[in-house]
Order: sequence, then C-alpha cells, then structure tokens
Amino acid sequence: MDLSFTAEERAFREELRDIFHTEIPERIRGKLRHGLHASRQDQVEAQRILNARGLAVPNWPVEWGGQDWSPVQHYIWQEELQLACVPHPLSFNCTMVGPVIAQFGSLAQKQRFLARAANLDDWWCQGFSEPNAGSDLASLRTTARRDGDDWVIDGQKTWTTLGQYADWIFVLARTDPAAKKQEGISFLLVDLTTPGITMRPIQTIDGGREVNEVFFDGVRVPGENLVGEVNRGWDYAKFLLGNERTGIARIGITKARVRRIRELAEQEWDGDRRLIDDPGFRRKLASLEVELKALEMTQLRVVAAERQLEKGKPNPMSSVLKIRGSELQQASTALMMDVMGPYVAPFFDEHEIEFGNEPPPGPADAATAAPQYFNMRKVSIYGGSNEIQRAILAKAVLGF
Amino acid sequence: MDFDLSDDQRLLKDSVDRLMAETYGFEQRRAHMAQPDGWSRGSWAQFAELGLLGVTLPEAQGGFGGGLVEAMLVADAFGRSLVVEPYFAHAVLCAGLLRHAAEASVQDEMLPVLAAGESLFAFAHHERAARHCLSHVETTARLGEAGFVLEGRKSLVLHGDCADRLIVSARLSGGMRETNGIALFLVDAAATERRGYATQDGLRAAEITLDGVIAEVVLGLDAWPGLSRAVDEASAFLCAEAVGAMDALLALTVEYMKTRRQFGRAIGEFQVLQHRAVDMQVQLELARSMALYATMMAADPDEETRSRAISAARVQIGRSLRHVSEEAIQLHGGIGMTMEYRAGHYLKRLAMIEKSFGDTEAHLDRLAAMGTAW
Repeated sequence: MDLSFTAEERAFREELRDIFHTEIPERIRGKLRHGLHASRQDQVEAQRILNARGLAVPNWPVEWGGQDWSPVQHYIWQEELQLACVPHPLSFNCTMVGPVIAQFGSLAQKQRFLARAANLDDWWCQGFSEPNAGSDLASLRTTARRDGDDWVIDGQKTWTTLGQYADWIFVLARTDPAAKKQEGISFLLVDLTTPGITMRPIQTIDGGREVNEVFFDGVRVPGENLVGEVNRGWDYAKFLLGNERTGIARIGITKARVRRIRELAEQEWDGDRRLIDDPGFRRKLASLEVELKALEMTQLRVVAAERQLEKGKPNPMSSVLKIRGSELQQASTALMMDVMGPYVAPFFDEHEIEFGNEPPPGPADAATAAPQYFNMRKVSIYGGSNEIQRAILAKAVLGF
Repeated sequence: MDFDLSDDQRLLKDSVDRLMAETYGFEQRRAHMAQPDGWSRGSWAQFAELGLLGVTLPEAQGGFGGGLVEAMLVADAFGRSLVVEPYFAHAVLCAGLLRHAAEASVQDEMLPVLAAGESLFAFAHHERAARHCLSHVETTARLGEAGFVLEGRKSLVLHGDCADRLIVSARLSGGMRETNGIALFLVDAAATERRGYATQDGLRAAEITLDGVIAEVVLGLDAWPGLSRAVDEASAFLCAEAVGAMDALLALTVEYMKTRRQFGRAIGEFQVLQHRAVDMQVQLELARSMALYATMMAADPDEETRSRAISAARVQIGRSLRHVSEEAIQLHGGIGMTMEYRAGHYLKRLAMIEKSFGDTEAHLDRLAAMGTAW
C-alpha cells in the first residue's frame, strides 16, 4: 500500500504540466480561471494543439489516435488539464461519440469521422434527452423510419449543449415502436446541415445560452450513418454514459476554483482585516478542502481498482464520485459567492466582462461568481441525476 | 500508487478476522465485559499470542515487524467487533510513545514486555482543563534526590484503572500549553491514587492523582515531537477503527432493512429509505478513503504535513461517523434503542471515538489555523 506516484509518473505529470502551461495560450486559460467560457474558436484552438501532441483523445484505441496509458496516467492527464484551466477536449467528440464509433462503428465510419472528431474539424453535439425523456431516457419518442436505404427522423431533442456550434449530432431514435422500450432504439449520426433540422437556443438561469432544443421534421439520413446494429442503440448509449468512470467528478476543476478562492480571499478586505483572516471563513474553506481531499482519495481508489476491472464494465463506485463531485462543484461556487459578498449582484454578460471599457464593480471575478453558481446547479442533474446515481448504488452496492 | 495489501498483510487480516469470528460475537463480548477488569484476560493472551500487541514493533524487540497498515487492519477488525480490551491504550498509544519518545535502551527493555502483554501500559496525559489541546500539561516534574518527582492530576486515562505502568506527561518548564518543556516518564501505577470507572462505550478509564510520585524511568525530556507523532498515529488507528465499525453497522442496517416488514413489504423496498442507506454508504466510502490517507501519512516525519493529513482525516471521519451512526439507529427504529441489539453499541463507540484526541471541530480549527498547502 503506497500513496506515492512513481518517478515515471511524476515525470509524466511534469511534462504534461509544462505542455499545458506553455503551449495553450494564457488568453484562453485565463478566461476559464476567471469563470468565463471558452469561445468556439478557443475550444478549437486548444484542442488542435492538444491533438497535435496526441493529448486530445488518449482514451481512444491506439490505432485511432489514443494512448496506451495506465489508469494512473489517464488520471494525471485529466487532473493537470483541469488544474491548468485548459478547455477539456470537447466531451461530445472525445468521450462520447468517438469511443462509440471506435467500438461499434463500421470501418468506413471510423475512417470518415474519428480523426476529424479528434481534431475538432467536426464539432459534435448530443441528441439524447427529450422533453418527456429525461432521467427515463429510454422512454424517448423521436422516431427513425426506414425509407429505402435511408432513415427519416421525426421528433424533438433537448438540452443539446453547444449545438449552436455543432456540425454533427448523434441521435438516439426509436426504430422499432413495437419492441420493449430499451430494445427498439438505434444510434444515428446526423449532419446538421440536412434539411428539416431546426435548432433553437434555450437561455439558462445563469443568463447563458449553452443549451438548445433541436427539432427534426422528416430529416433524411443515409443508411450508412447508422452505428452498429439496428435496435442496439441503447447498449451503445449505456457504453457511452458508463465510459467516463472517473472524470465525472471534475476534481481538478474544483481544486483550481478553491485555489482561486484562497487567492481572492487574501486580496479582499472586510473593514481592517482581510477575509482570509476571518476565522469563520477559514473554517469554511478548510472544511471544503477536507471534503475535496476525501473525494480525491476516493477517486484514486477507483483509479487504482480500474486495473482489476474488466474494460468497459462500469464501477458502481463512480456513482459515489458523481454524487460528491457534483456536490463539491456546487459547494465551491457557493463559497466563491461568499468571497464576493454583495458584489455578486451586478449583471454583465460575458462579452461586456471581456471587452467592456470598464471592469464590472467589485472584486476581480465578481461578475462571474453568481452565473457560475447558477450554472452549476446543472451538475447534480445531468449525466444521470444524483437520484439516479443513488438508485444505481442502492441496487449495485447495497443489493436492494 | 496502490491500495493493495501484501500477502503478509492479507494473512494477518485473515487471522485477526478469524479470531474475531471465533471469540468476539455479541454474546461473547458481553461475557468479556462481565469479567472483573471489564475485559477478558483470555482475549488479551490471544492477542499477544497472535503478535497483535506488538504489531507495529520491530521483531528484534519482540514485535510482529509490521507498520501502520498492519495496525489499520487490526483497527478495522476491532472496530467491527467492538473490542473492549485495552488494546488502543497499550498497543497503540504506549507502543507509539515508547517508539517515538524513548531512548533506545529504554525501548529495548520495555518493548518486549509490552509486546508480550505481561505488563499493562496506559498513557496518563489528559488534564481537566485541556479540552482538545494536546500540549496542555500542568502536571509538574522536578528533579529530587531520588529522581524526578511528579505532582498533578491526570484525567480520562484510558484503562488507567488496571494498568501496571503509566506513561505520564509532566512539565519541566514553560507555560501550560507550550510544546516545549514537556517530558514523559514511566511510573509504577501502584504508586498513584486511582479512581476507575466505565466509559460510555464499555471501556474503562481512571482519574489519577500524582502526589509526589517518583518516576521509575525517564522516557524523554523533550518529548513533544515523539508525543505528537504517537498521538497522530493513534488518530490514524481510531480512523480505521471507526471505518470498521461504520462498515459493520451499515451492513447490519441494510440487512435489517431487507428483513423488517411493515405495510406488507420489506422496508428496504421504500425508495426514500434506500436513498438514505446510499447516503450512509457515500459517507462510509469518504471515511474509508481518509482512513487510508491517514494511515499512509501518519509516518510522515514532517510534523505539519502529518498533522494536516491527520486532522483532515479526523474531520471527515467525525462527520461520517455521526451521519452513519445516527441514520443507522433511525433506520432500525425502536430496536436500535436497546442495549440488547448491536447497532446502539456502535453508535456509542463511534461517538466516543469522535471525542478522543481532538474532536471534529478541534481538528477543523487546527486545519483552519494552519492555512493550506495541499
């Protein structure tokens, strides 16, 4: 039993840290550090730099651009990426559709899509949720009807994150209405320029527009764009959702935010003393740091156990990571609000914050504190809500 | 980085688990507690025979040759079985104090005695006004003609009632909470005045008066570094013991939820109760992670690094044990309230662990005062 990383692992960490700090422009990383979003162009630029180094899709099979890394190396990669405030390689490409195509797609699909997805030449988005299919995703009603060699899609998808930037969408659609609900679903790849698709932005409570509704009205998709077998889409979706065993906790991002909280609390005055010198505040900060440490150690246990797990088989412990990881992302944005105090109130949109003539009133980062806090309410809802995670644990671990 | 046990560690774990299964059922424990000392000399001899009393001590000094991971395995098993013998006082606290604060010659003489369990050791340190401050020592030591003479009162001395020898902290110089000026002495327990009593969790303790007692052996005159290290290691042991107890308690609760029927079905079929059990599991896993962390960090020679890790673990374990033990009683309902059922005994032990060597709030204060450099 040993907590330390090997000399090779430490060198690996140093090497990645160096690349992330020197090659990804500070202009982009600084935005994330201050709670702003990467633009489409930032995201593409960062991912292409990573991809040129083989660091965009290390989780993919080696023949399609992945790395033959140990679970610990994957963990280090992810943590350093997050600590350096590098935009994560687009998850829709890199942890969702890419691995599904690599695992279940045809050779033609692999050749056509994988390299472009890794390099963000194609921007993918997700067509899973529907207005009446949230946690109960398998009840989805969007249909794909066979017509000659083609599929014709009708229905509506929602919560499609960054769909406004996307070129392609991967869609779960019902192909056998008579089958049991999980058994009649297929996985289709759809070019967003196809006639019949309408994308409508949804403004979220932080004021941003990161999600969309997508309407499909007789959208014709060539038969070659079906992934794997007809009516097996649910299996592929489960593979996709179970794929990211340890990344979901986003501990590195929370760690980076907690560091920033400490920095700002050292600069912020409450009368004649700095906020960091307030014993009550110090206790709250220490408390969050303990919770984060406990989560990090739990993540390391899951990473270490991964060697013994069958590949692709989900570890129910990752539900613990999801629950606590999301709770701490939320708790850290709440503590950031506490640091800013009343200066969370002024509303400036991101464009004004970035390019306005005068900075918003109050401490640095004040203008992004409340939007981040509002936005982070989503993390206990998406990726399988925390209640769904509890249902998984109740069954898989406690045997109810 | 790995969390796996070595083959030897696995063997040790198996033999401790087997001993507990054979000798430490609920009724057997009750019988141990009914013995004159409040615990079983027979179990004590079995612990000695298996090498558990010297599990962290070098083989040359009669020990098992293990480290803190081995101690953690014992702690986990003892936590599950709610062991009432003076293991923590003797084999954890006093073994650690001798190892980290005593001269080599004293170690050579005393550790084999301790490992054999022939003479029972206890740590007389806490004082009435100390609360959670480990460096609070008002008891004094002055050099007389026959050696060091100790004056003062020690309180809450775990298993001090039946100990043969006491390791006593006393002040040579400095203010009452200064870390400098604290010395450790070995004292014949019979030379002190003792009032023994039971504790809430079925262990024993004593109030001890030192009225001009002459120390048998000087363990160390500048004892703070060794003392704080031994207590941090002891905290790591308590963390692991708490995890063992929580794990057993959660399993007991889940089992109960699957068998207890109300409204025509097992109460474990109600989703609202399932989710509460899952939240207990989450807290248990966080505690388990931090007990491992404490075990691996407790040997860090840098006091600040070590203390930070130990305090962080104690904060997490303190919160987890409250959550798990309180919820366990609630989910059991009335049966959880009786002395005839196991669950309540876990609650009692866990609540006492939380108050040993700094409670959750005290450890959080220590972390808050340190600032952070994770």
